[in-house]
Amino acid sequence: MSNGKKLILLSAMAVLLILVFLFTGLGNNWDYALPRRGMKIFAIVLTGAAIAFSTLVFQTITNNRILTPSILGLDSLYMLIQTVLIFVFGSANLTLMNKQLNFVISVILMVVFAGILYKILFKREGENIYFLLLVGLIFGTFFQSFTSFMQVLIDPNEFQIIQDRMFASFNNVQTDVLTIAVIVLAFTSLYFIRFMKYLDVLSLGKEQAINLGVDYDYTVKRLLIVVAVLISVSTALVGPITFLGLLVVNVAYEMFRTFKHSYLLAGSILISIIALVGGQLIVERVFTFSTTLSVIINFVGGIYFIYLLLKENKKW
Amino acid sequence: MVEVKNVSKRYGNKAVIDQVSVSIPKGKITSFIGPNGAGKSTLLSMISRLIAKDDGEILIDGEHVNQAKSKELAKKVAILKQSNHLNLRLTIRELVSFGRFPYSQGKLSREDWKHVDEAIRYMELGDIQNKYIDQLSGGQRQRAFIAMVIAQDTEYVLLDEPLNNLDMKHSVQIMKVLRRLVNELGKTVVIVIHDINFASCYSDYIVALKDGKVAKEGTVDEMMECQVLKEIYEIDMKIETVNNEKICVYFK
Repeated sequence: MSNGKKLILLSAMAVLLILVFLFTGLGNNWDYALPRRGMKIFAIVLTGAAIAFSTLVFQTITNNRILTPSILGLDSLYMLIQTVLIFVFGSANLTLMNKQLNFVISVILMVVFAGILYKILFKREGENIYFLLLVGLIFGTFFQSFTSFMQVLIDPNEFQIIQDRMFASFNNVQTDVLTIAVIVLAFTSLYFIRFMKYLDVLSLGKEQAINLGVDYDYTVKRLLIVVAVLISVSTALVGPITFLGLLVVNVAYEMFRTFKHSYLLAGSILISIIALVGGQLIVERVFTFSTTLSVIINFVGGIYFIYLLLKENKKW
Repeated sequence: MVEVKNVSKRYGNKAVIDQVSVSIPKGKITSFIGPNGAGKSTLLSMISRLIAKDDGEILIDGEHVNQAKSKELAKKVAILKQSNHLNLRLTIRELVSFGRFPYSQGKLSREDWKHVDEAIRYMELGDIQNKYIDQLSGGQRQRAFIAMVIAQDTEYVLLDEPLNNLDMKHSVQIMKVLRRLVNELGKTVVIVIHDINFASCYSDYIVALKDGKVAKEGTVDEMMECQVLKEIYEIDMKIETVNNEKICVYFK
């Protein structure tokens, strides 16, 4: 089967799942349910696309197929922000606090953190990108430890609220937050378009990319910023879910067996949407909300990851 | 012409390249020789802007390397480093087509594909052009990468140890291709090479580096002298003339 056909098949599957999600079991009050489901599906598609996209770009920049952008420590930072907010203001205030504001604060802090990280690291000439990852990893661990420290201190009832946010969930996505997310993602995608053509060349590695006339440092810096923004927005929207990216990008690699990012990008975004919509369907209709989407994703993803590790020594 | 003026590169306190000045003539094969750690690869990488220099100036056809636009420079200078591990699933033909990126920015025209075909023919890769890179032998892979550099169609071709890990047959084949690039297409080729006899038989100009400095430079005849090479490599050797080529015998 050609790669074009595979893309068509994936699109058909994604559309089918979305339709099933929207229109099955509607009952009589569809004028109430449909807009809510529409909103949810929109958030799912948006997040799925952002996660798949940022993971693929991140793996291309780092020339490594088992990394996810979570190594930059952004989702740990998100948890820290949420914990600090509850720690300082208490859960009562937080529920009153504007969700929009929370979203904006989280996104801004994450992007600023990524910006500072890049700024410090790229100032020193000749630092390679793995150094950035190492520092990100250390910061991520630090944020995590600090988060658990605070979680130990707070009231158990308040901890419940934090725990709620530790898992990605599409069950309470807010319209106004979604609007901001759409705007941010649209601008980021527009900004990204001019770097699209460099992705194939970047996958050849740093030296080849420079040889072929890519302004490497400039391009990689910009792409890392795009990745940081996308991760921040999707994490603030639904919670930490970067593991999904690893899963879908690798499925895309296995499926398309090409280096061309036009296919890989479209493919991984579609697979991501299929996984999320399918997963959400299972959560809602099979488990009737007794589990969360991230549990399912992490379970399936974890098994796949082990398979990948066992297989990687044979290469593809 | 490539002009290197008082260029230095330091890692910490150690100067890997120390105030080196050298000019590389156009339309010739120039070989960088010297012991391990002499700074040959570093110098080549700086000329091709892969690594930044700390001091000095590098000019290619009168233009500063660091001020030139990367995209424009990629149409003038091509570099191939010695380790080329690719974790990608791509065929020889696809790899070679990457060489056209500076011109096509990813959208190859018919003209671009013509260059790709020519490069593949030049490296005699026609039969295996649809094979995947990870299925190739070392020699085939090296030829594929050189084909990519040829497709890039630059005036200057810089190669870092192109004969690394190749057997006699493939080494000769690659050196002959480089010679043809210079003779037929008028390119300027700069190589880092360890085998002194390949340097002697195929290059026009030799630059010997030692401890980050230019120990001596000159034509093949000037460089292939017992005294000169002894000073550079610090071992005993003899220079014999076989079929009008100067061969260095240093094995015992």
